Amino acid sequence: MSRKKTAEEYRKTFAFRFFRWLSGEKDPYTGEVEMHPQKEYQPDPGAALRHEKEHDAIMDKVYDTEHNKWLHLFHRLYQATSILFCLFLIALLLVTVSYLPAVGTATRPVNNEVAERYIEKGLEETGAVNIVAGMILDYRAFDTLGESHVLFTATVTVLILLRLNKREKDEAEVSDRRFEPKNDAILQLVATFLVPIIIIFGIYIILNGHLGPGGGFSGGAVIGAGLVLYLNAFGFKKTERFFTEKTYKWVCFFSLSFYCLAKSYSFYTGANQLHSVIPKGTPGAILSSGLILPLNIAVGLVVACTIYAFYAMFRKGGF
Amino acid sequence: MGPNLFANYGEAVSAILFCIGFTNLLLQTNLIKKIIGLNIMDSAIYLFLAEKGYIAGRVAPIVVNGITSTEAYINPIPSGLVLTGIVVSVSVTALMLSLTIRLYLRYHSLDLDEISTQLKKEGK
Amino acid sequence: MTAFQIILMGLLIICAVSVSFSKNLLNSILIYMSFSLVMSMLWICLESPDLAITEAAVGAGITSVLFFVTLKKIRAIDASGNETKEEKEHE
Repeated sequence: MSRKKTAEEYRKTFAFRFFRWLSGEKDPYTGEVEMHPQKEYQPDPGAALRHEKEHDAIMDKVYDTEHNKWLHLFHRLYQATSILFCLFLIALLLVTVSYLPAVGTATRPVNNEVAERYIEKGLEETGAVNIVAGMILDYRAFDTLGESHVLFTATVTVLILLRLNKREKDEAEVSDRRFEPKNDAILQLVATFLVPIIIIFGIYIILNGHLGPGGGFSGGAVIGAGLVLYLNAFGFKKTERFFTEKTYKWVCFFSLSFYCLAKSYSFYTGANQLHSVIPKGTPGAILSSGLILPLNIAVGLVVACTIYAFYAMFRKGGF
Repeated sequence: MGPNLFANYGEAVSAILFCIGFTNLLLQTNLIKKIIGLNIMDSAIYLFLAEKGYIAGRVAPIVVNGITSTEAYINPIPSGLVLTGIVVSVSVTALMLSLTIRLYLRYHSLDLDEISTQLKKEGK
Repeated sequence: MTAFQIILMGLLIICAVSVSFSKNLLNSILIYMSFSLVMSMLWICLESPDLAITEAAVGAGITSVLFFVTLKKIRAIDASGNETKEEKEHE
């Protein structure tokens, strides 16, 4: 016997609830399971501060260098050891020096056939009266090319380390100018007289590099010093009329690549062919000794620009 | 002790200068004085090289009156080497000074001990 | 000439030692400058005029100028740091 269930009864059966759930009308978990929205995280400023304070206290205690007995002991030990080590090094070096052949004698092993060759054939082969200049710019020109690149690389690295952007640069210039008199009359008058003389002296040293003591490095340094004096007297506004970052870039680029190409050609053709293009001239004349004079000028330009660039970058982080 | 200590007084002085510069590097905590110590070590090496090339009674290697005999001039090679070294030492000095400025911007101190203490406190 | 060289070398050692014992940084830089000048005189005695010119221009001139600029820069950093601190205290 089956009897018909009333709607009321049917509602209580499992089948009714199952089909309701299946058709999606009812979620059996609603109202049965405990559900809260997650509490939003709120940082506790007090706890963070306390934690930081504790951390600082621990750090102060650990790195309390002034009251640390063992650190002081170690410091004393370090000083004593280093002084002893240096005394030992002095003694060792002095004993070594005492066994070296005497200074000033011509028979030392340093004075071998290489130096003799440079002295005997130097004038004839390079055309330079100054044998040292002939040596570093002709026989060993590759070495000098590397040295010019050392200068260039040092400038680039200093630029990376000290570079400032435009706004910072203006601030730096303001704070830079605070500690010195602006447009000092005495300094400007002295600089007006001295700067041309210094720069002309530098040019003289560069152009006479193959005739007497001097050359690209010292002459470039003298010209750089003249530019630095001019900058100090008249400020950045006036120097920026003729020397900016662009000038530096192009001067260094042309000097280094001219040096590189001229010397590469010379080495490629056996290191003695280029003299047929540029005559050696009579020894002692300004226009003599082939490539040495242009190479001296190139090195001098690089050195002068580098020194001015160092100074400008230290002063205000840019050119 | 060898026989030539007093004849080689220039080389002895360069050895002493080298050790003074080295002591500066070891004991000074101030960065700028450390850099000066390194420069003094440089100069000591240059002095040693130049003493190597010096020959008593001869003149600098600049040809005078067309005389190109080995007996007349000193050894030019050390001069060339030292010339290279002096210029490179300037760029090294400039590089170290710019690093010093960066350190001072960050830690506001030139003292190396203080800088290392600050570094440790920051937990690095 | 030998006596002159010995005097110059004594000066060199005195300068090198007094760099480390001077309290003021400016003083030690000036002493280093004089060290370079003495060195350039010594190059003349050792018959290397090339080195003398280069050392006088580069060692005594440019290196010292770079040291001076560094000191000036450090003072400027100090001054600007103090100023910002004072401004904060005023606020």
